Amino acid sequence: MSSTFAPPEALTKVPFHYCPGCTHGIIHRLVGEAIDRLSIRERTIGVASVGCSVLAYNYFNVDMQQAAHGRAPAVATGIKRVLPDRVVFTYQGDGDLASIGLAELVHAAARGERITVIFVNNANYGMTGGQMAPTTLLGQITTTTPSGRAVKEAGYPLRVVEMLATLEGPVYLARVSVHDPANVIRARRAIIKAFEVQLQDLGFALVEVLSICPTNWGKKPVEALSWLKEHMLPVFPLGEFRAVS
Amino acid sequence: MKVLMKGNEALAEAAVRAGCRCFFGYPITPQTELLEYLARRLPEVGGVFLQAESEVAAINMVYGAAGAGARVLTSSSGPGISLKQEGISYLAAAELPCVIVNIMRGGPGLGGIQPSQADYFQATRGGGHGDYRVIVLAPASVQEMADLAVLAFELADAYRNPVMILGDGILGQMMEPLELPPFKEDLPAREWATDGCRGRARRIINSLYLDAEELERHNLRLQEKYRRIAEREVRWEEYLTGDAQVLVVAFGTCARIARATVKAARSEGIRAGLFRPITLWPYPYRQLQAAAASARAVLVVEMNAGQMVEDVRLALEGRVPVHFYGRTGGMVPASGAVLQELRRIGGVGRVQHVRPA
Repeated sequence: MSSTFAPPEALTKVPFHYCPGCTHGIIHRLVGEAIDRLSIRERTIGVASVGCSVLAYNYFNVDMQQAAHGRAPAVATGIKRVLPDRVVFTYQGDGDLASIGLAELVHAAARGERITVIFVNNANYGMTGGQMAPTTLLGQITTTTPSGRAVKEAGYPLRVVEMLATLEGPVYLARVSVHDPANVIRARRAIIKAFEVQLQDLGFALVEVLSICPTNWGKKPVEALSWLKEHMLPVFPLGEFRAVS
Repeated sequence: MKVLMKGNEALAEAAVRAGCRCFFGYPITPQTELLEYLARRLPEVGGVFLQAESEVAAINMVYGAAGAGARVLTSSSGPGISLKQEGISYLAAAELPCVIVNIMRGGPGLGGIQPSQADYFQATRGGGHGDYRVIVLAPASVQEMADLAVLAFELADAYRNPVMILGDGILGQMMEPLELPPFKEDLPAREWATDGCRGRARRIINSLYLDAEELERHNLRLQEKYRRIAEREVRWEEYLTGDAQVLVVAFGTCARIARATVKAARSEGIRAGLFRPITLWPYPYRQLQAAAASARAVLVVEMNAGQMVEDVRLALEGRVPVHFYGRTGGMVPASGAVLQELRRIGGVGRVQHVRPA
C-alpha cells in the first residue's frame, strides 16, 4: 500500500507536550516539512529557546542546541559562523524573542546573519502561565494586566517584523498566521522561503507566525482562532515585508 | 626566539597557536588589545572574529560555536564578566569547552580601569547560578599569559568545561619578552558536537532537566568530574618555602611583588617564603598546608579587600595565624609596604608578638 500522508522525517515521533488546541504543533510540522522538502535534515542545526517551545529539541529530528532565554540568535550566530555550510534556525516565542532577547535578534538581523528565525507570536507568555508579553494587545487581559493592557502603565505592542524591515541585513521578513487552512498553506510557503534564502547565502530571514494560546487566553480553541483573526490581524497585519525577487 | 609583547597580545597569539580559530568579544579596558589583536590575526589564519553587540551576546555566541565543535575564546574585564555569568552557567551545565579571559580592573560597579584582583570570589565561587565549577588559571607574567592560554584550551577539552584565565590590568598591559608556544595542528575529536547529523543519530546540547531525579543525577555527574579535576589539576609554585617561618601567599601580579619582598626579607634575616597558587580553582589546599608546615605566620597579599585569604584560612585550618595585606580600587601594593608587614608579623625574635588572625 502506498503512503499518501506521513509525518515529516524532520520531526521525531515524540508526542508534543503542547496544550490541546495550541498551534505550536502546526508550526513545528511546517518547519519539519520545509526541512524535508529542501533535503537539509542532515545538515541542519536548530536552536530551541525558553518558553513553551523550550522542549523543541525533543521534536525536531535534527541536531539541536537549547539556548538561554532570548539568546537563540546569538547561539545561532556562533554555530553558523563556525559551520557556514550548515543550515541554522531558531524557534522562539514572543517573550523570548521580542522582550528579553530583542538585542540579540536586532543585531543578528542587522549583521545579516545567514540564519532562519521562526518567531511564534501568541501575544502572551505561555509557559509561565499567561503574563503580558511585548506583543500583548491593548486591553488584553493577562495575569500581569488583570484589567487589560493599558497604555499608561504598559505601553504599546511591539511590531517586530515592521521594526526589522527598517534594517538592511534581513532579506526575507514575513508575518503569517495559522488560524485557518488557507493561511497555514501561506505560512508553509513563507517558512520554505526563509530557509531558501539561507541556502542561497543571501542574509537574515524571519517569519513571524501568529499563533493561539487557548489555555492562557481562557478560550476554546475555535474561539481562540476567531479571536486571533478578529483582534490580532488588525494589529499585526500579514504579508511579506521584505522579499528577494 | 624571544619576542617582546604585551600580555593581552601574547595571550591572543598563544590562543591562535593553540588552535583557537574563533573569538567573540566586546571592547572593555583593560583587555581591549586582545580583541584588537584577534580582529587582525584570526582572518589571517581563516578564523572567525566577531565583535558582539554585548557581553551577553558574546558568551552565547561562544556557546553556539563551542557546541558546533570549535575551540573558542572570549575575553573581558569585571563588568563584562558579570554580564557573561548567565552564559558561563549554561556552558558549564551543558559541558561545553571554552576559554574565558578576565583582565581584572577595580570594582565594584563601574569601578575603574586600573588593575585589581577583586573578581576572585566571582571566578572561584561560581558567579552564575547553580552548582558548577570553572577551572581558574592565574598567570603572573606575560610568558604565563601565553603558556596558560595553551593549557586552558587543553583543560577545557579534556574535561569539557569552561576555563577562565584570571589576569589583571598590569599583566594585560605590560610588555615582557616571552617564548611563544608552537602551533598546534591536531585537535581532539568532538563526538558530541552538533554539526549536522549526517550518517549518525542526532545530538542535543542542553542544560534543561525538568525531572528532579534526572537533574540530581546530572549534578552528581558534574560533581564527580569536579572531584577528578581537583585531584589531578592543582598547580602552584613555591619559592624558598623549605625553611620559611613566615609564608607569603599571593597570586598573579601580587606574587611578583611578594617574590621581591621575600628576597628583601631574607637579606634582613627574616626566613620568608612564597607560595603562589596557579590554579585558583581547584585551589592547592593540601600543597599550601605542606608549604606552611614550618611557618609561624602567613601573610596573604592581594589587590582586593581580602578574598583569597578565605581559601588560605580554609587550607590552614587555624594552625597558623593568617594575616592580610591588600590594596583596592586599582592601587598596587608596594614591595616596601609588604616588607613592613613581613617585619611586623614575622621579624626575627618577634614572632611571639604576631596578632591572632
